[in-house]
Amino acid sequence: MDFYSSSSSTISAQEEPHVLAVDDNLIDRKLVEKLLKKSSCKVTTAENGLRALEYLGLGANQENSTNNNGSKVNMIITDYCMPGMTGYELLKKIKESSILKDVPVVIMSSENIPTRIDQCMEEGAQMFMLKPLKHSDVKRLRCQLMQC
Amino acid sequence: MEIVAKLQKQFMDFISALYREFLQLQNLQDESNPDFVREVVSLFFVDSENLINNLTAALQQQVVDFKQVDSHVHQFKGSSSSIGAQRVKNACVAFKTFCEGKNIEGCVQCLQQVKHEYFLVKNKLETLMMLEKQILAAGGRIPDLS
Repeated sequence: MDFYSSSSSTISAQEEPHVLAVDDNLIDRKLVEKLLKKSSCKVTTAENGLRALEYLGLGANQENSTNNNGSKVNMIITDYCMPGMTGYELLKKIKESSILKDVPVVIMSSENIPTRIDQCMEEGAQMFMLKPLKHSDVKRLRCQLMQC
Repeated sequence: MEIVAKLQKQFMDFISALYREFLQLQNLQDESNPDFVREVVSLFFVDSENLINNLTAALQQQVVDFKQVDSHVHQFKGSSSSIGAQRVKNACVAFKTFCEGKNIEGCVQCLQQVKHEYFLVKNKLETLMMLEKQILAAGGRIPDLS
């Protein structure tokens, strides 16, 4: 029996948004996790696109699985440059999913490349942020998420 | 306490002389996680030294795999930038250029430069950690850098 509706990505003020943070760099993962927690978010981290998809229930062999992590995630923030699957490719996979296409996806990059930014925004990214992230960046993001 | 004030001043002077971005890192520390900076800095040391070892080995191969070298440098560039080690990051940027040009000698020189900058910043970060410890031990608080 469902006691709550979990499909919407708007959150009431009391709840902590659950963010999935994806980055292959260990230091960056630790930092983004801290920044998000400082902004009262619940955080799950993944070290690459494949792991992120597995967590979300979109992995290769998960078609019939009962993984519903995806419905609990309010936002995904991912690095662009990752080995194997780039943040852009991850973004595409998420937007192709009927369950997850409305979850906001934020792309981070240490490089300010306009064509890269355009490409991500066109594919439906919520925002593109330059690394290293600052506390003010994450605060702004959370505000957007909470629609305040 | 005079000694605390003195140590705090030293801390501030050191930090301003260090890197502006490091202030961002310091500002993430709070009562809920008072060892955050120490944890991240320790991680940075371990990670960096692994990267340096990997880079040294990679450049010593008979046939150098520049993609692999580039991948390590990219990691190093990322973490040094995130922690506020600007000079290490800049050295990595130069290193990447030589990777792209598949220039072994250039790469070897860049690795030396990166190592040099890394050990300098490591030294500074260790001093900072020590000053923090001393301030706390003397009953003082770490200066608020915001």
